[in-house]
Amino acid sequence: MDMSMSMSMSREAILQVKGMRKEFPGVLALENVDFSVQQGEVRALVGENGAGKSTLIKILTGVYQPDGGELLFKGRKTTIAGPLAGQQMGISVVHQELNLIEDLSICENIFLGRPLLKKAFPHLIDWQLMNRESSALLERLKVALDVGEKVKNLSVAQKQIVEIAKALSYNCEIMIMDEPSATLTENELQVLFDVIFELKRQGVTIVYISHRLEEIFKIADTVTVLRDGRHIVTGKVADTDRSELIRSMVGRSMDNEYPKRSGVIGDTLLEVSHFTSSRLKDVSLQLKSGEILGVAGLVGAGRTELARAIFGADRKDGGTLLLRGKEEKIHAVSDAVRKGLGLVPEERKNDGLVLGMTLRENISLTKIEKVENSVLLSPAKELKLSNEYIQKLRIITPGPEQLVKNLSGGNQQKVVLAKWLVADSDILIFDEPTRGIDVGAKYEIYLLLNELVQAGKSIIMISSELPELLGMSDRIIVMHEGKITGELSREEADQEKIMNLAAG
Amino acid sequence: MKSRNNEQQMSFRTRAANFFTAVNKKYFIIYAVITLTVVLSFLSDSFLSVHNIINILRQSSMIAIIAVGVFFTIVSAGIDISVGSTVALAGIIMAKVLVDYSAPVFVGVLAGLAVGVAIGFINGYLVTKRRIPAFVATLGMMGAVRGLTYVITNAYPVSGLPKGIYFIGRGYVGPIPVPVIIMVVVYAGAYVIAEHTRIGRFIFAIGGNEEASHLSGIKVDRYKLFAYMTSGGLAALSGIILVSRLASGQPNAGIGYEFEAITAAVVGGTSLYGGKGTIPGVFLGAIFIAILLNGMVLLNISSYYQQMLKGIVLILAVMIDVARNADH
Repeated sequence: MDMSMSMSMSREAILQVKGMRKEFPGVLALENVDFSVQQGEVRALVGENGAGKSTLIKILTGVYQPDGGELLFKGRKTTIAGPLAGQQMGISVVHQELNLIEDLSICENIFLGRPLLKKAFPHLIDWQLMNRESSALLERLKVALDVGEKVKNLSVAQKQIVEIAKALSYNCEIMIMDEPSATLTENELQVLFDVIFELKRQGVTIVYISHRLEEIFKIADTVTVLRDGRHIVTGKVADTDRSELIRSMVGRSMDNEYPKRSGVIGDTLLEVSHFTSSRLKDVSLQLKSGEILGVAGLVGAGRTELARAIFGADRKDGGTLLLRGKEEKIHAVSDAVRKGLGLVPEERKNDGLVLGMTLRENISLTKIEKVENSVLLSPAKELKLSNEYIQKLRIITPGPEQLVKNLSGGNQQKVVLAKWLVADSDILIFDEPTRGIDVGAKYEIYLLLNELVQAGKSIIMISSELPELLGMSDRIIVMHEGKITGELSREEADQEKIMNLAAG
Repeated sequence: MKSRNNEQQMSFRTRAANFFTAVNKKYFIIYAVITLTVVLSFLSDSFLSVHNIINILRQSSMIAIIAVGVFFTIVSAGIDISVGSTVALAGIIMAKVLVDYSAPVFVGVLAGLAVGVAIGFINGYLVTKRRIPAFVATLGMMGAVRGLTYVITNAYPVSGLPKGIYFIGRGYVGPIPVPVIIMVVVYAGAYVIAEHTRIGRFIFAIGGNEEASHLSGIKVDRYKLFAYMTSGGLAALSGIILVSRLASGQPNAGIGYEFEAITAAVVGGTSLYGGKGTIPGVFLGAIFIAILLNGMVLLNISSYYQQMLKGIVLILAVMIDVARNADH
């Protein structure tokens, strides 16, 4: 294949970056990235989480300033001082999370913060003019909506169109769409695509970010793949296919990123049967001792809900849970903890730690008996326990009296883990165990996961990072809309199979 | 040799610095108490007399006891503003039991305490099981309980109490008034619970991060309930002392006590955001307010100004709390 021969060299690009570099403390987010788009083109931008897509977009829209490299707009070298400057130049972004005010009308949202005023009375808002202007914008998109309608009465796709109209009202020439499809249903998707085609016909350039690869083949002319902060390839969509794209996105040797382990997988420890709730549809799974069971799926597929249901944190409507072959009723988190379950939540700052307390105080919250002498807390026992786990988990901290909020992300995650080790949990549920943790600390977390299963504990690992799932799991189940759509052994699992199952 | 000396000095200095940082963080209020004491001792000859100091302690004791209960609710990220009404109802019920049924003193006291704990239970139930914001739940109870007090008494005081009850409010052990002794016992107990038991640890954890506490397996509702029941019980204890001092049950007793107790807790460094505070701090807060009011009496300042100053002190204390939280 010849994807690497960029077609963007042939014509003058409307927007071009060269040698772009952006560094954050401990992370090189972008390294020597070249990227250029032509006027009227629909460019897909793909890559895994952490590949550098968001950083690139934020530089293109003036949210971040680059640490190196140059930016050319219509062939002229320029800098984008801030988001407003970007908008005024003609670069707008439509975010996945919509920034609309639900109780205001479409018209009011489009002109939010910059109302059109009457010429004769410049302190009064010219509602007629604003209505006319916003109607014209919607007509341009070939969408029939009443501009007086309140945003809260619109569907998600319609809200997205309001965002697009708002971006257009800034005389937008380049529209960046950051995962616009993530929250849309199949039918709504077509509405979005129609708008994109209409914009393209009118000469607006579109940069389209999505994790759903099949969309890219429907709407994009060209595609750029980023990986680990680097530009991997740019080429015509017609010249490539799905599996080749995935290879470019992943394309790394996995052997050294995920530590090997040697362990024996034992008997079934946990058996979940027919779990049903508002977000789960008849979910069953088994977990063996010494096993890491990966759980894959898109955001909103019900993975976190499954974890919380097993852990007794959310109400469920039906289903049974067997531990070591014996049925257990888990009505509350405290039951689950007593039975040896532990949850390392995705949002560790909100759900996993009391940030204003010390490491010493956090570590024993799950099993306070361990640091008590009859009814009183024993400072000696607390100190001993904290020091023990600081050593065991290699937590980097000045000492047990350090406030947890002052620890790094990786070390905070270790404190959460320590809580469950203190509680002698046999079954640990990790929800996105390495999110927000830098590369070196990730490896450490993987080592700890291996040590845990080698010691006979069992792990359910929810992750959106496919390489992590493939590298660490003995078995992977895939969820879609609250259901388990498939199960793959370590040997048969690959990214494409998981993605296919995750898409339903 | 010389350098080692230096090192030792350094380490002493660092340790001293650390100590003061710790004091600054936790007991900032101590400086306010010292400053106020020094200023007042210059302004008034009688301020630093033994008699006056004991007087200050006795005056502060009722608010200080209530403040301990309020402290636990605030630490759990809630609040209890029904305590003033609880003071009145508990006192009235005790007085009624003693007067109408000629019950023994300890039965009357237990009845009064039971009323307080029951009010605390209702508060706790509303906050945990019914998910009503603590401010609203206890505000409603503040009105309802006060109303009930008027209904029971027709707004007339209950008098004719047996002499046996007087000891609680008016008695002395040696030179020390009994209410001061009760206060010391309450603070000692509260200190142990807050700092050295799982109850305290969990209430702080819940106030710091309720969801993380819940997901650690802590029975959040149970410990919140404890906080509100303690608050009700201690308010009742204060009500009992008050009845004993006044020798009658007053239906409008304790009006505004919630204000002073919350002020004492917050001035003493208890964060209204929850999860932060100390029992010694609350004690100093209560003492600070008592000294302030005592000083103004000694200096012949009108009680209207006292009222104003109390309000200003509360706002200043919260301003400090907000500023400290903004730092993080």
